[in-house]
Amino acid sequence: MLDPGLSRLRPTPSATSEAPTKITVRDLVVHYGGARALDSVSLDIPAHRVTALIGPSGCGKSTFLRCLNRMNDHIPGARVTGQVTIDGDPIYGADVDPVALRRRVGMVFQKSNPFPKSIFDNVAFGPRVHGERDRARLGEIVERTLRQAALWDEVQERLDASALELSGGQQQRLCIARALAVEPEVVLMDEPASALDPIATAKIEELIHELKNAYTIVIVTHNMQQAARVSDLTAYFYLGRLIEYGPTERLFTNPGRPETEDYITGRFG
Amino acid sequence: MPLHTDRGFEEQLGQLRTAVLEMGGLVEEQVGQAVRALIQRDEPLARATIERDHTVNRFDVEIDDLSLKLLALRQPAARDLRLITTALKITTDLERIGDMATHIAERAVELVREIPIKPYIDIPRMADLSRDMLRRSLDAFVREDTELALGVCISDDSIDQLHEQLFRELLSYMVENPATVSRAMRLLFVSKYLERVGDHATNIAEMVIFMVKGRSIRHLDKVPREL
Repeated sequence: MLDPGLSRLRPTPSATSEAPTKITVRDLVVHYGGARALDSVSLDIPAHRVTALIGPSGCGKSTFLRCLNRMNDHIPGARVTGQVTIDGDPIYGADVDPVALRRRVGMVFQKSNPFPKSIFDNVAFGPRVHGERDRARLGEIVERTLRQAALWDEVQERLDASALELSGGQQQRLCIARALAVEPEVVLMDEPASALDPIATAKIEELIHELKNAYTIVIVTHNMQQAARVSDLTAYFYLGRLIEYGPTERLFTNPGRPETEDYITGRFG
Repeated sequence: MPLHTDRGFEEQLGQLRTAVLEMGGLVEEQVGQAVRALIQRDEPLARATIERDHTVNRFDVEIDDLSLKLLALRQPAARDLRLITTALKITTDLERIGDMATHIAERAVELVREIPIKPYIDIPRMADLSRDMLRRSLDAFVREDTELALGVCISDDSIDQLHEQLFRELLSYMVENPATVSRAMRLLFVSKYLERVGDHATNIAEMVIFMVKGRSIRHLDKVPREL
């Protein structure tokens, strides 16, 4: 029996065991024209955890991320085979409406991309598309999601100002608020902080910690320290293949595969 | 193992390894010298050994500095991280071994002035054994050889037994003739210091296993036979 005081030194409940699986991926293969971008990837992403995808450019991590809400549908020549299910529902079925899917699986991009509209209208955009017309209800959604995105205190006095007046870090948090406004279950983030300064980055990372209580988060990052800081699980991709997937803490202290070891310690061959 | 893409980092890790080895060589030599001073009743040699402790302490500070710099500036991961934390911990053990050598030399200075109560038989054996353990643990560190490290952990029992044996022997001297108490006590201290050197060498070997395997075998009831 361990001294109860010692339990504080234990890592926070790591990921895989207690969390139910949210997204199941089996034998996922993606071709862009003749080139194979993703080679038979299978993994389970747990609910209410942050899963980080790392690997060098061209390793397939962004391709993998975009498969999770069918963003690859828009890329000419892209061919996706294999199976992806969310809570057991296949997302590549012929009867699946990609727009409805993207309501469940929201996305935040590397470059913040607010609409040239007011802060309020940016956040209210999604709910309006999905049919919400009631101004008071929209107001509630805007406040709730701006609070969730840790932006409310900075913008509550100027919701009618243009989103383009915000700083880069604020714009990115606005985009996160906009993604949250349609109440997704999963939030995909593609390099969400790579264009931000360290303070804005820290705010985004803190936000990611908060958000995982309510959402399942999958994040692509080139910044390995960021993956180490924010994620519960890390998947290492190389040349379109999934090399290793496991608890972040283990992957960064004692990876199981030499390829992972070489990458995270900076031996790039 | 491929080299780091960043050569500067690779070089600094090399410096760290070399510094740990140099410090290890120094304290091993220091233990040998201290025991030689005791056996050969050589007071100047004992005093020279005590002087050398400053060099060991400088290594201790230097390795700490380098490790801290690497941690802060390179954000190491995986085996690099384990190498640096291992270097930090090994250094503490090496510094303590240096202290043990100094204490042995201090006892040697005291004992030179008195008539020996017995010929030294077990103490040189303990010194050889402890130095050998230290040497092997440092070899295991450079070669990342966990089998060698495991062997060091297993050797620790023999040095403990020698200490126990010497303890009983010196106790019988003291009971028989209280005039031997102060000399016997000093020798007993020396035996204890050497036994501690074995413990520190074992700590180093355990850290080497952690460094290579990423798995801790410390504080187990029994040394595992294999990894």
